[in-house]
Amino acid sequence: MTRTRPRVAIVGAGPAGAFAAACLLRARGDAEIDLFERLPTPWGLLRGGVAPDHQEIKRLEDAFDRQTLKRGCRFLGNVEVGVDVSHAELMRHYTAVIYATGAQTDKSLGIGGEELPGSWAATEFVAWYNGHPDYRGLQFDLSAKRAVVIGNGNVAADVTRMLTLSAGELERTDVADHALEALRESRIEEVVVLGRRGPAQAAFTSAELRELGHLDGVDIRVDADELDLDAVSRRWLAEQGTFTARKNMELLREFAARPAAAGAGRRIELRFLRSPVQIRGTGKVEAVDVRRNEIVRADDGSLRARALDEDVETIACGLVLRSVGYRAVPLPDVPFDDRSFVLPNERGRVLTPDGEPLHGVYAVGWIKRGPTGILGTNKRDAEETVSSLAEDLKTAELPQPPNPGREQIDALLAERKPDLITVEDWRAINGHELERGRSERRPRVKLASRDELLAAAAVARKR
Amino acid sequence: MTYVIVGSCIKDDACIEVCPVDCIHPRPGAPDFETTEQLYIDPQVCIDCDACVEACPVDAIFADFELPEKYGYALELNEQFFGEQSTAERTAA
Repeated sequence: MTRTRPRVAIVGAGPAGAFAAACLLRARGDAEIDLFERLPTPWGLLRGGVAPDHQEIKRLEDAFDRQTLKRGCRFLGNVEVGVDVSHAELMRHYTAVIYATGAQTDKSLGIGGEELPGSWAATEFVAWYNGHPDYRGLQFDLSAKRAVVIGNGNVAADVTRMLTLSAGELERTDVADHALEALRESRIEEVVVLGRRGPAQAAFTSAELRELGHLDGVDIRVDADELDLDAVSRRWLAEQGTFTARKNMELLREFAARPAAAGAGRRIELRFLRSPVQIRGTGKVEAVDVRRNEIVRADDGSLRARALDEDVETIACGLVLRSVGYRAVPLPDVPFDDRSFVLPNERGRVLTPDGEPLHGVYAVGWIKRGPTGILGTNKRDAEETVSSLAEDLKTAELPQPPNPGREQIDALLAERKPDLITVEDWRAINGHELERGRSERRPRVKLASRDELLAAAAVARKR
Repeated sequence: MTYVIVGSCIKDDACIEVCPVDCIHPRPGAPDFETTEQLYIDPQVCIDCDACVEACPVDAIFADFELPEKYGYALELNEQFFGEQSTAERTAA
């Protein structure tokens, strides 16, 4: 049997795609991997999601670079699979295709006024301050004194921090220049964070919650009464509560006991057991109506929030950031489970509607398991998908594609995407951003539009 | 002394793979691995080699005497994690 080198396309160069590429190179050193990415830049939410003041986490990009691009994995940026090149075309050129496209939209609240100007998905705000080129043009009105953040997860904590950090602190990060300018002029003094469930069920990691209580010049307020747990939550915390949930309660009690900080320029107020029922305003957001909840144990054992009464409290505000979770969108010509919003799969092997493996098609990351876990969760996830792929390669269930040559896909892409971004182009963009960062004493100054990114690559190519 | 993992841990398990004395928990497959927000080093077991520091892709591991001020809480946190876990839970993986 002649052994040909397996050619694998990974669609999406975010953390899941990067971990999958690294893992595949470890499992099959002979694999030729092409990493497709819709944006001109790699690393997905590591660049466009992780908050700018969490630079230490962004160091993961060095490991990704070392374990993928520096080991011969190719970067094919500025190419959108499903638009510039179809799924069927990929299948004609590669032994296998791994989808790592993540979860690109957000869940909605399903309440009135959600579409009012001034009401945004928190993910839009995140993409904007992180310099995602598709979000550069958004205009956030930061002229009101109060903002409301809906949700109790780490994205909610990130946007709350970004709204309350001082200009001096923001200037030491790689926040996009357009966002830095807008945030410098922000008049927001108070951010109210609403959690549907109680303090014991908050999804913040204790690391993120701790940070909210240690921001310079920012007071944190928690009502001690809201920390007085109901019987259901108390029992849950004692019997099933995680280490994080217990730490969160300790932290919240410590915050509640603090005297109001004199001279704090900004405030964060954490409110629990509150659901928004209506976003109100004429032409733009002016207030959020909220109702109180209680915690009940559902039949499946989970703890749910249930409306306690009909009383409505109105919180005046000029900005609402909704942070209640991500949701994946279907990909053209690939099966999609529109109840759980993932590619139907078994251990990463994508399944047809009949439940049979779709030969040569795999999934990894949020498009495989849903939007859960943290960065490193993708490593184990990638190991599972790659082990399925490696097994299929070994048992020769994956036939050679009709156009297996690297030059064949390159010819197709050259025709479709003359402004494709290669590894060398990305290195030029990266070098340019880091150099500008050095001159401004910042970790990096991002090029935040497609034109600027492509121009930086073109300039380097001419040299 | 001991090494300490701070809150910027992303649960990449490279440190667990290199630890010669298995003092980093929870391990993948352990009951609390999915829900834990970070990994922790058992200060009673850590032998102060720096294998995990080298392996960590986000520099989230420090020697206790070099812990940056903003992570001052982390030494006690790592200890507490092991104090709360029963031996059975810790060795389940």
